[in-house]
Amino acid sequence: MAIDSGSTTVPGAQHRKRSWFYKNRIRLAPWLFLAPGLIFFFIYVIAPIFESIWISFYAWDGLGEKEWIGIGNYVELMDDERFYTSLINNAWWLVLYMLAVPAGLAIALFLNQTVTGIRLYKSLFFFPFVISQVVVGLIFTWFYNPDFGIVGIVWRFFGASPPAILADEDLVTFGIIFAGLWPQIAYCMILYLTGLNNVSPDQVEAGRLDNARGWKMLWYVILPQLKPATFIAVVVTVIGALRSFDLIAIMTGGGPYGSSNVLAYYMFETALSEYGFRYGYGSAIATVLFLIMLVYISFFLWRMYQDERG
Amino acid sequence: MFKTIRQTAAALAIAGVISVPAIAGDLVIIFDDLNPAPKQGFEDAVEKFKAANPDINVIVSINDREAHKTAIRNFLSADAPDVTTWYPGNRMAPFVNAGQFEDITDLWEAEGFYDSLASTKSAMTIDGKQWGVPYSYYQWGIYYRSDIFAEQGIDVPQNWEQLLAASAKLKEAGITPFTIGTKYLWTAAGVFDYLNLRTNGYDVHNDLTAGKIKYSDPRIVDVFEKWKQLVEPGYFIENHATMSWQDALAPFIKGEAAMYVMGNFSVEAMRDGGLTDDQIDYMQFPEITPGVARAEEAPTDAFFIPANAKNKEDARKFLAFVAQPDIQTEWNKTINQLPINKNASVGDDKFLQKGFETVSTASGLAQFFDRDAPAEMAKVGMEGFQEFMIKPERLDAILKRLDKIQERVYK
Repeated sequence: MAIDSGSTTVPGAQHRKRSWFYKNRIRLAPWLFLAPGLIFFFIYVIAPIFESIWISFYAWDGLGEKEWIGIGNYVELMDDERFYTSLINNAWWLVLYMLAVPAGLAIALFLNQTVTGIRLYKSLFFFPFVISQVVVGLIFTWFYNPDFGIVGIVWRFFGASPPAILADEDLVTFGIIFAGLWPQIAYCMILYLTGLNNVSPDQVEAGRLDNARGWKMLWYVILPQLKPATFIAVVVTVIGALRSFDLIAIMTGGGPYGSSNVLAYYMFETALSEYGFRYGYGSAIATVLFLIMLVYISFFLWRMYQDERG
Repeated sequence: MFKTIRQTAAALAIAGVISVPAIAGDLVIIFDDLNPAPKQGFEDAVEKFKAANPDINVIVSINDREAHKTAIRNFLSADAPDVTTWYPGNRMAPFVNAGQFEDITDLWEAEGFYDSLASTKSAMTIDGKQWGVPYSYYQWGIYYRSDIFAEQGIDVPQNWEQLLAASAKLKEAGITPFTIGTKYLWTAAGVFDYLNLRTNGYDVHNDLTAGKIKYSDPRIVDVFEKWKQLVEPGYFIENHATMSWQDALAPFIKGEAAMYVMGNFSVEAMRDGGLTDDQIDYMQFPEITPGVARAEEAPTDAFFIPANAKNKEDARKFLAFVAQPDIQTEWNKTINQLPINKNASVGDDKFLQKGFETVSTASGLAQFFDRDAPAEMAKVGMEGFQEFMIKPERLDAILKRLDKIQERVYK
């Protein structure tokens, strides 16, 4: 950094002596402050992305020699039933997880009133988001157990034999998604509750004067003001759906026979689990997952850019 | 302060981040079972080793079994201990082939293990060299409710027909013949292995897991046909895919199921569940094809020296120590398993006695499907077994898939 050499020098001379850094300090300052973040972002996010794309062209068990096989892993992926099962399940996750957004909105609207003890109700509704996903998974696993779970009890009450939701290849994914919706709805709810705090009362008042109420009020007056909250809720839900990992690991481990796998878990299973250690193949799955996420990431960035421009 | 450091170190070790600084004279050992009895057995042995070798500073780190399976890949190359537990058979092959395990053939020669540990020599051998020293193994078989058998007037089945007849009788009485929990897959492999060993024998088991015969081979299809005779009439409990092997104990303890194809470690859990030794018993898996020499599953636990170990001399001392007959006797009494050293004695427990009788007279000892087959094949194979148990009608598709993967894995 440039050091001011003292008060004896004439102002003009001082100007010439000042270093390049000093002259550009306004432009440099933000980069200096950003540097630590950027360095870590590069080391822990950007570099691993390219590294894993690179590894996806090799056959490698993590111990021995890497063997270059070009697009071999991707060719194998095209012929892998488990991969397609995972892909389809990922699509179900994306679609059904979106229910968390309207459900969260509905609960937020319901809770957005001043009654005695509303804080308690709010915290109760928010509770599932606070507890760990592992706990959610365990609770629902017991829930679904046909022998001692509530599902079994309800079914038997109506005289039907209960389904083993987590052992049925057709039901298992929906069972897990349903468990995942519980905390996700709470998350969306809290986003909307904060959003509702910022709804301008004048506009609501103006709407009332113009005879808007019920659905019309919600659709034309409230919802437009909640747009930022909706945007964030959609983004976190999409990311939550694509990252769905903990619930699957806890509830089924991808089973029965791989039918509840999603890409994130399948990647872990092939690359890192007890029977896996095919780093190349796992990286190929990671790359596919990354490409899918890239669609959303670019949409997100584009929206941010649009908003910045105003 | 010191206590805090130790606690932190323990916490880190449990988390799978093993980093124990070692200087010369230190011997770092990693063990992989936190369950009370195995932990006790190991710690007792270490105490005795310390007493016999006061100049060696033994540093012990005990991990969770499942965490150990992934952690070992990191610590073998990054920060190797001097001794670690691992499994023989194909499970040690990746590390042996990558040069991560120390060749200890010299120790086997010097200590006369070819004689005293002869029963597991083949499991510890790759490329004609020995890579580890086993300290314990246990039998598999059918654990059954002897009280229910007596109540229903069923004798212990000696062959396949009798087993089917016994199952039919139990089913008629409203008792599911077999309990099983296939959530973690390997339990299904135990059933498959036994059906295969009894239908086709030891060599077919080895050829299959070594990739020499296909899954669509008529002999293997025959195994599945036998299995179908148990699956289709509903002789296994329902919803097994949602249960772990511990969950599956519940119907067995409640008397809703009468048999369990399992390893001897399950006896402890059955007793904890409130069953007495009068209610449970052990039988060998009955004969299927007459004349096939009886082979058994006997998974082995062993110690290895990483190639990057710093104190290989003392590590060899420790491996020689755990192979001693008196150490193996005490250790296996504590953990309720069988010692490998032929000069060691077996505990008085009736399951140990029967187990010893079973494995010592067997014509061959298999490790287990998921230890004999390469990891990747084991995974899809066991998923196939689970799928078959739920959807037996898909057999053809399953076998075709297994063939396809076999072709790639063993290329």
